[in-house]
Amino acid sequence: MAILAPLNLVNDLLLRLFSEPTVNFVIWPLIQVGLVIVITTGWVAYATYLERKISAFMQARLGPMRVGPWGLLQPIADGLKLLTKEDFIPENADRWIFFVAPYIAVVAAFVVMAVVPFGPDWAVITDVNIGVLFVLAVSSVGVLALILAGWSSNSKYALLGALRSSAQMVSYEVSMGLAIIGALIFARTLSLSGVVTAQASNSIWFFFYQPIGFFIFLISGIAENNRAPFDLPEAESELVAGFHTEYSGFRWSLFFMAEYAAMVVVTAVATTLYLGGWYFPLVYRLTEAHGWHNLYVAISVIVFLAKAGLLLYLYFWLRWTLPRFRYDQLMDLGWKWLLPAALINIVVTALGAGVIQGLDNQAGMRTIKSLASGLGLTASGKVIAIVFGFGNLFLTAGILSLINWRARDFNLKKQRRKIRLVDVPKGKPAVVPVTSE
Amino acid sequence: MHQVEIATTREALLDAPEMTLNMGPQHPSTHGVLRVVLKLDGETVIDLDCDVGYLHRGMEKIAENRMYTMIAPYWDRLDYIAAVSNGLVWVETVEQLMGLDVPRRAHYLRTILTELNRIASHLLWLGTHAMDIGAVTILLWAFREREEILKIFERQFGARLTCHAWRIGGMPNDAYDGFVEDVKRFVDYFPTRLDEYETVLSENRIWLSRTVGIGVISAADAVAIGLSGPALRGSGVPWDIRKARPYAAYAEMDFEVPLGENGDTYDRYLVRMEEMRQSRRIVKQAIENLPDGPVNAKVPKLIKPPVGDYYHSIEGPKGEIGCYVVSDGTQQPWRVRVRPPSFINLQALKKMSIGHLVADVVAIIGTLDIVLGEIDR
Repeated sequence: MAILAPLNLVNDLLLRLFSEPTVNFVIWPLIQVGLVIVITTGWVAYATYLERKISAFMQARLGPMRVGPWGLLQPIADGLKLLTKEDFIPENADRWIFFVAPYIAVVAAFVVMAVVPFGPDWAVITDVNIGVLFVLAVSSVGVLALILAGWSSNSKYALLGALRSSAQMVSYEVSMGLAIIGALIFARTLSLSGVVTAQASNSIWFFFYQPIGFFIFLISGIAENNRAPFDLPEAESELVAGFHTEYSGFRWSLFFMAEYAAMVVVTAVATTLYLGGWYFPLVYRLTEAHGWHNLYVAISVIVFLAKAGLLLYLYFWLRWTLPRFRYDQLMDLGWKWLLPAALINIVVTALGAGVIQGLDNQAGMRTIKSLASGLGLTASGKVIAIVFGFGNLFLTAGILSLINWRARDFNLKKQRRKIRLVDVPKGKPAVVPVTSE
Repeated sequence: MHQVEIATTREALLDAPEMTLNMGPQHPSTHGVLRVVLKLDGETVIDLDCDVGYLHRGMEKIAENRMYTMIAPYWDRLDYIAAVSNGLVWVETVEQLMGLDVPRRAHYLRTILTELNRIASHLLWLGTHAMDIGAVTILLWAFREREEILKIFERQFGARLTCHAWRIGGMPNDAYDGFVEDVKRFVDYFPTRLDEYETVLSENRIWLSRTVGIGVISAADAVAIGLSGPALRGSGVPWDIRKARPYAAYAEMDFEVPLGENGDTYDRYLVRMEEMRQSRRIVKQAIENLPDGPVNAKVPKLIKPPVGDYYHSIEGPKGEIGCYVVSDGTQQPWRVRVRPPSFINLQALKKMSIGHLVADVVAIIGTLDIVLGEIDR
C-alpha cells in the first residue's frame, strides 16, 4: 500500500543500523510506546474539551470559544495554566506521600494502555497472555493513589472522599471482574488480542452473547472511574472536591489526567471485550484480502477508536443527565444488584456453553465449528448463544426482583406521588384593590 | 443556641467515636455563608448546629435612621433573589400605616411582577437544589428561563436583581411599552419548559431515591417550628397568605394551593414545581384583565405616618415574609422588624437531618430554600 510504504522504509533503515532482534524487540516497541503515550495524552486532553463542548450543547451554552477556533486550543491553554501555578502543599500534610500520590494515579492509568490492542499486528504494544488479569490488577492500583492522597492531605473532606473511593472501587471491582468471565468463556483466552481475534474469526461481537455482562462491565467501569452518577469521592456539593481538595496546579492536573485516562482505559477494554475491538465487518475483505496490510491495520485502529469514542460519549451523556447516587445507595447497587447479576450471568453463560457442546454432533447437528481461536460457533450455535444471552436479561430481572422486592427503593416510580391541589377558601383581604377609579 | 461539643485535645480527638465536620461558611452548597457544624458517626449525622450571622448588615437598625422612602432599597438586599416580593412587603406596610388607597392597575402590576419573581426564585431554587444532588444540567436550564424574567425586570425597573421595584403609593413608572407582549410570550412557553424539567427529574430513579423519605417533617412539627411557604405546604398544611389574607390583587385571582403529604424533600419539590404552574396561571389572568388607569396614588411629598404600629405579611417565594413597623409620627420609623422566612425555616434543619447522611444534609439545605441575605439581615 503506497500510503504506508514509509513504514517499511523506516524498517529497512533501522535494520541497517541495528541487528534484527534489536529492531523488533527494542526499537519498534519504544516507538509504539511513545506513540501510544502521545496519542493517549492527546486523547485525554481533547476528551476534556469534548466533555466541555458536549455538556455545553446539552445545557444551551457554547462552551469554550475563545482560545483558537471554537476553543480548540483550550486544553493546551489549560495545561499551560496549570503548569505555571503554584504547587501548594498544606502545612500539616504528609509531604512525601502527598508528592507521590498523583504519580501513582497517572502511572496506573497509563500502564494499562500497554496491553490494549488498538488494532491487529503492529498496533499492539505487547500481547500479554494474561492481559485481562493485568488490566484488572493495574487499574486497581489507582485506588491506592486516591487513598494516599486523601490521607496525606490531612483534611477531613479529603479523608472522607478517600474512604468513599476505596469502598466504592473495591466493591465495584468484584462485579467488574465477574462480568468479564462470561466473555472469557467464549474467548477461551485471557489475552486481549486473543479476545478480539476470537470475535473477528467468528464474525460476531461478544455483546450479542453477553448483553448483561456488557452492561455490568460498563456500569462498574463508570463507578470504578468515579464518574457521575457515581462521582461520590469528589462529590463537589458535599465534599468540596473529595480526595483532591488540597491539591492544586500540576499535581491536581495529574489527578485530572488520571481520571480521564482511566475512562479511556475502561472504554477501550469494554470495546475489546464486548464490541469486537478493532473488528468491523467487511474491513478485512476490502483491504487485507487485496494485500493492503498496513491500510487494514490503520482502518482497524480507526474502527477501534471510533467504538471507544462512542462509549466515551455515553460517559459524558450520563454525567450531564443524571443526579448523583448517595453513598449507601451506591453500595446497594453494587452488592445487591450488580454482583448477583454478574453471578447469574456466569452460571447462565456456562449453562449455555454446556448446552452448545452437548448439542454438538447430536442428531446430525453441528454447533461448534472449531476451537482454534475462541469458541468458534456455527450459525445454529450462535443462535443458541444469543438466545441464552438475551433470555438471561429476563431471568436476571426476575431473580433480582425476587431478591430485592422488599427494599425501600425497589419500585420508586410506584411510590411517586401526585400533588394535591386545594382551593383554600379566601380570607379577609389585608389590602383591597379599589374598584372605583 | 445549642452548641455542638468539639473535641480539641489530641487525646479527645483520638478517643472520640465521632468526627466533627465544619461545613462552611465557604462551602459550595451552603447557599452563601451558612456554617454548619456536623457531628458525624461515619457519615451519619448525629448532631448539627447552624452558625449564622456572617452576612449581618444591621438592616433593622439602619432602617431606624432612614426616611420611609429610603428604606425600600435596603429591603431588596434581604432576599436578593426575590427583591420584588421583599420590596412589596415594605411599601404595603407603609401604605397600610398611612391608609393610602393604591390604584387598581398598580395592584395588578404588583401581582404580575411578584408572581414572576416567585417563578424566578423557584427556578433558582430548582437549579441549585438539583445541582446539590448532582444534576448540573438543570441549573443551566433553569437559568435560561430565569433570564427571560430578569429581562422583563430590567426593562421595567432598570435592574435585574435588586430592582427597587415599588414606591409608597404605587409604582415608579407605568409598565413599559411591550410589557404585556413580553409577559404573554413568557406565559405561553413556560409550561413546556417546566415539563422538560419534570421529564428529567420527577420520575428519575436516582432523583426519587435521593429525595423520597429524606428530611421528613410532620405537619405538627412544621407548625410548631413556624415553617412557612412551600416548606409548610409540603407537609400538608393548607396555609397560603395569598389566600388567607389576600394582598395586592390576589383577592380577584383564581388559583389553587398545592399540598404535599409526607413532608419530605420530594413533596417539597413537587409543591414548588406546581407552585410555578399556579404562578403562571395567576400571571396569565392578571395580564389578560390588566385594568387601565393611573399607577400612583396621591402621596404626600413627605411621608409621615401617624403614630401607631402595623404588621403586614405577604407570601414570599420562601414563605411568609412580614414587616412590623412602629411609627412615632416622624419621617423615620421608630422600630422595624422583619419576619424572615428563611431564618425560621432554617430552624427545621436539625430536626430534618439527624440520622441522615452528609449527602442528605446538602439536599435538605437545598430543599429549605434559604437565602443568607435574609437570615443574617
